Amino acid sequence: MSDRTPERLTVFKTYKLYVGGKFPRSESGRVYEVTDSKGNWLANAPLSSRKDARDAVVAARKAFGGWSGATAYNRGQVLYRVAEMLEGRREQFVREVAEAEGLSKAKAAAQVDAAVDRWVWYAGWTDKIAQVVGGGNPVAGPFFNLSSPEPTGVVAVLAPQKSSFLGLVSVLAPVIATGNTAVVIASERAPLPALSLGEVLATSDVPGGVVNVLSGRTAEIAAPLAAHQDVNAIDLAGADEALAKELEIAAADNLKRVLRPQPVDDWTATPGTDRMTAFLETKTVWHPTGSLGASGSSY
Amino acid sequence: MPTTAPNGPSAPTASAAAHALSDVTASDAALRRFLHGLPGVDAVGLEARAASLGTRSIKTTSKAYAIDLAISMVDLTTLEGADTPGKVRALGAKAVHPDPTDRTTPTTAAVCVYPDMVAVAKEAVAGSGVKVASVATAFPAGRATLGVKLADVREAVAAGADEIDMVIDRGAFLAGHFMKVYDEIVAVKEACGTSARLKVIFETGELSTYDNIRRASWLGMLAGADFIKTSTGKVAVNATPANTLLMLQAVRDFRAQTGIQVGVKPAGGIRTSKDAIKFLVLVNETAGEDWLDNHWFRFGASSLLNDLLMQRQKLATGRYSGPDYVTVD
Repeated sequence: MSDRTPERLTVFKTYKLYVGGKFPRSESGRVYEVTDSKGNWLANAPLSSRKDARDAVVAARKAFGGWSGATAYNRGQVLYRVAEMLEGRREQFVREVAEAEGLSKAKAAAQVDAAVDRWVWYAGWTDKIAQVVGGGNPVAGPFFNLSSPEPTGVVAVLAPQKSSFLGLVSVLAPVIATGNTAVVIASERAPLPALSLGEVLATSDVPGGVVNVLSGRTAEIAAPLAAHQDVNAIDLAGADEALAKELEIAAADNLKRVLRPQPVDDWTATPGTDRMTAFLETKTVWHPTGSLGASGSSY
Repeated sequence: MPTTAPNGPSAPTASAAAHALSDVTASDAALRRFLHGLPGVDAVGLEARAASLGTRSIKTTSKAYAIDLAISMVDLTTLEGADTPGKVRALGAKAVHPDPTDRTTPTTAAVCVYPDMVAVAKEAVAGSGVKVASVATAFPAGRATLGVKLADVREAVAAGADEIDMVIDRGAFLAGHFMKVYDEIVAVKEACGTSARLKVIFETGELSTYDNIRRASWLGMLAGADFIKTSTGKVAVNATPANTLLMLQAVRDFRAQTGIQVGVKPAGGIRTSKDAIKFLVLVNETAGEDWLDNHWFRFGASSLLNDLLMQRQKLATGRYSGPDYVTVD
């Protein structure tokens, strides 16, 4: 007998989808190989089918009532909690981002830090956006006239293809900050940070179904989402010009809100409120003030 | 698995066979002997069989056929304390035109309401071929005297109900008073007269064992049920593939022995098109094609219809539909 201790077997991680608060494999049973920037194999990721997309929409719709009905303050706390949980798994995300995007460790760490800060930034916005885009309107009559922003509904998000993590967080956080629920299609070539983000969301008080993460061929999953009658808006950040055009046509059928791909050079720059307001509706209420009496006032 | 009843010839003519089984209902003792003589149910085998039939993949044209067939088999049901005439009228309109944007959609088989709403329902579906079914006999508990139950049935029939859904007296059945249950079904059948078909609800969730479900099925059929129905939809366990499979075996064997065909209606808990198609597979593989018709098989459901319509729209347009495009109720 040899007295050498045997070499420990490697434990590989099975990357899975994140749908409705659970981690299913693709309904189709398919996977595809994910490689780093030099072409070395990293892991197999699920290759989602249109049925996975359909299931994700059902989960997102189910979660919408609770999430949009939660107080803005509560949503802010939950988003801040995501930042906390992410901070605790910083090392893992730095490694995954470095491998996915071919960055040095220091540059990858800067990306992850920026992503954590982005969650905090949007966490602060949840209970402030209403003051910025809503408010009282002056009207020619004895009415209080108040406008308030309301979430659009279920939003399909095509995550940016190049920035696999900071880009993803930068398009996802503004969607859910205002009370929408999201179905996210991860970067096709580098889906692993997105799939790991699902694990973070599952442990940070985000109700199941508020964020659903799918990996696979963007064009294959996006087409049924763009045509889906129960999706209210679509963010085309991760689509190239031809695909974006095709999806926008499909999205017109039920008058989805469409956010066309915006050129972004530097994801670390302060994003502004545009991505939040893109998925908000304005509700305006007229309320009689009561000053209708002949004397000019009823008080 | 032998599932046929012990006595009686295998496939005789209708009249002779009715005669052959008529002696089992001659006395309480004879009935008990017959029902307890039915072969025991292999619970594991039954559930495995039901589960394996549920894995069939039904796609494209078969799926389109199955969805249309399922829509035509729905007994669109509203059995709430809060039912209003308006709600029943809305339900009737939905039964006649399940999808107003696509007039090729088949009508449902029936609407199912409480007896006091029969007249309203009748008016709502007039001239469409959609039937009106009414629950009766102190639904859903069935805890009332026979006189009250029969009055309930007579009023529903007088108001124009085409079908009566009665509940059996589970208390008497579980206490072993089979003859009492039998007599009650016979009396209700008589009250239905020739104008109304009788569906007998066993409330399988309260019968505890598969053996009891098999006994209840035979008891109901011997007493003259036109349909046997799983449940009221008011208890925790409703229609399952296994108990429906068991009842389908019973109607198949009953026809083989007596020549009399009896329908089956699973009710409660069937909410998705996928579930409904699984039940249709069970019907085809167990009872056979003769039962694939809304005269012999029904779904007691309310939310199922919306899912069937959404699937139908998906097949027609290639786009996934959503709950915004079907009625709320």
